[in-house]
Amino acid sequence: MAETSIPKTTIKVVDLIEETFSAVSSNKTRSGLTMLGIIIGIASVIAMVAIGTGAQSSIEARISSLGANLLTVQPGAPRTFGSTVNAGRGNAQTLTKDDATSLTSLSGVKAVSPESTNREQIVSSTSNTNTSVIGAVSAYPEVHNMSVDQGLWFTDSQVSGFAKVAVIGPTVQGDLFNGTATSTVIGQNIRINGLPFTIIGITASKGGSGFGNTDNNIYIPLSTAQQFITGSVYVGSISIEAASQGVMDTVTTEVTNALLARHKITDPTKADFNIINQADIASTASSVTGTFTALLAAVAGISLVVGGIGIMNMMLTTVTERTREIGLRKAIGAQRTDITTQFLAEAVVLTVLGGIIGIMLGWLVSWGVTRFFAITTQVSVNSILLAFGVSAGIGILFGYYPAVRASKLNPIEALRYE
Amino acid sequence: MIECKDIKKEYKTGDETTQVLKGLTFTINDGEYVAIMGPSGSGKSTLMHILGALDTPTSGTYFLDGKDVSKLGDHELADIRKEKVGFVFQAFNLLPRATVVRNVALPLVYAGVPKQEREKIAKKALIQAGFDEARFNHLSNQLSGGQMQRVAIARALVNNPSLLLADEPTGNLDTKTGEIVLQTFEKLNEQGHTIILITHEEDVAKHARRIIHIKDGEIIKDEKIK
Ligand SMILES: Nc1ncnc2c1ncn2[C@@H]1O[C@H](COP(=O)(O)OP(=O)(O)OP(=O)(O)O)[C@@H](O)[C@H]1O
Ligand SMILES: [Mg+2]
Repeated sequence: MAETSIPKTTIKVVDLIEETFSAVSSNKTRSGLTMLGIIIGIASVIAMVAIGTGAQSSIEARISSLGANLLTVQPGAPRTFGSTVNAGRGNAQTLTKDDATSLTSLSGVKAVSPESTNREQIVSSTSNTNTSVIGAVSAYPEVHNMSVDQGLWFTDSQVSGFAKVAVIGPTVQGDLFNGTATSTVIGQNIRINGLPFTIIGITASKGGSGFGNTDNNIYIPLSTAQQFITGSVYVGSISIEAASQGVMDTVTTEVTNALLARHKITDPTKADFNIINQADIASTASSVTGTFTALLAAVAGISLVVGGIGIMNMMLTTVTERTREIGLRKAIGAQRTDITTQFLAEAVVLTVLGGIIGIMLGWLVSWGVTRFFAITTQVSVNSILLAFGVSAGIGILFGYYPAVRASKLNPIEALRYE
Repeated sequence: MIECKDIKKEYKTGDETTQVLKGLTFTINDGEYVAIMGPSGSGKSTLMHILGALDTPTSGTYFLDGKDVSKLGDHELADIRKEKVGFVFQAFNLLPRATVVRNVALPLVYAGVPKQEREKIAKKALIQAGFDEARFNHLSNQLSGGQMQRVAIARALVNNPSLLLADEPTGNLDTKTGEIVLQTFEKLNEQGHTIILITHEEDVAKHARRIIHIKDGEIIKDEKIK
């Protein structure tokens, strides 16, 4: 038998396309239902990845908005970042304002900002609130990538002069002076821990909530905070802005050495402070959300596979239903490969069509999530290309078996099939 | 030219073997109009499948235009069907939900003929088969039995086959329509096509120039009638 000779395809591509579309469109309900599996699969992959990627980039943006090239020195024993992020802060008291001042002269350090944080009851003439009061110096806005919207930040002389002035965040402004025009808020008095402070500025909103929300803070000179609120020479933390991303590691080493020397500690493992690199936090957070995204995509991927099995099921049914047609096509001269390509093409057209609709639906869902739930989403070109490739691949994978089965039908038996 | 030598066909069902064709030897020249007659189950359709390169015999040789078809593989058989053979099936076997023209043009799709030319040839074949021009774009499932039969004949003609095989072409038709279809065959034969007509009706067989009688897989009579 000449079974081994290379089979040739005789049908032209244009004709294959025509045959395929007429087959797919001749049973629209079924084609639609078959595509539904793929549509849902692809749409959920696109939407899930968009939500995941959106979360990732918004977390990254939030972290970098806290300050560029930021190092934070905290009191307490060094710990591996990731176990307990805030360990030691406020518990141990080892850092002073003088420590901070000594660091300004280090090369690669652009600005240094010693800080203290306390939660206090704040009272205005009309209202009151409970929020974080941050003792800060004049370098604070620069280090933390923050700007003053109205009024001014306190000057060095106000810091050294124990001035009772305050800069408030927009949320605090809302809580304390609801209904009062912004221009008249400046110059008003508030009481912090019973002491009167004059408001001299309002910070620009950074938005967000929870982690890293700075809109709900009140800033007063560090000296004033130490004198009247904490009653201690120690500071809660020292933030350092490095000159560039490239010198972060050098600066970390320099700061460590300088502080070890000042604290007269010889064994670095016994250091009474630890340094957190903002970039480390960002990369850890983004790897966490990356895992989260992968998990979502995997779950959505399962529905894709289910959709693919749906395609196979429908194609097998189609082959059975069209047995006589297959017999006829073979009787009038169709080669086996003609039949295989025809049924494979039908499966691929269904999945790719489903894929395109799925991509649009996924996009719509992502848009809806952003629009109605205020969750950042990001539909990436990669996920679209991937979804498209996957749907075509599923068509080939799950369409192949039914197509080969069709091509192997004996024409005589196929023609007899009732 | 068809040259069959000791053609045998057997089917195995379980451990039992049924001999359907028991050694047929005959020759049919180009341009002949032959009827193959015999009672039901005598092996007529089986023989037609072999003659039309849809199937191969279990043993024996079948030369079509000098080429031994009995030893060919799937894809050479498909080529022969495409180039030399036109089938008119008993059950028509038209594509449902496709127009008359598309049905007739279908064999040309596999012959690689471009679409515009396909439609032209298909329309010519339809006219040749006596199909009403007004219904060219009707769907095949909107036709009467006689109309479907003509479409099936037109489809068999469309690739200009040297050999036209028709299995009970009038089986589903009333006498009058059957008569018209048979006249079409006669005309086609005059144009030079070799025609093999399968039937179990004496009246139908009489339209041919030669009748081969089969019974239980054997030729019992081979007569020239015109
Ligand atoms: N695939 C098969 N397996 C087993 N037996 C078969 C097969 N195909 C046909 N046969 C047997 O071969 C014999 C001849 O069948 P065939 O279809 O050729 O008859 P026929 O002469 O065309 O009959 P009819 O006039 O009824 O169409 C029958 O007895 C049938 O049962
Ligand atoms: Mg029969």
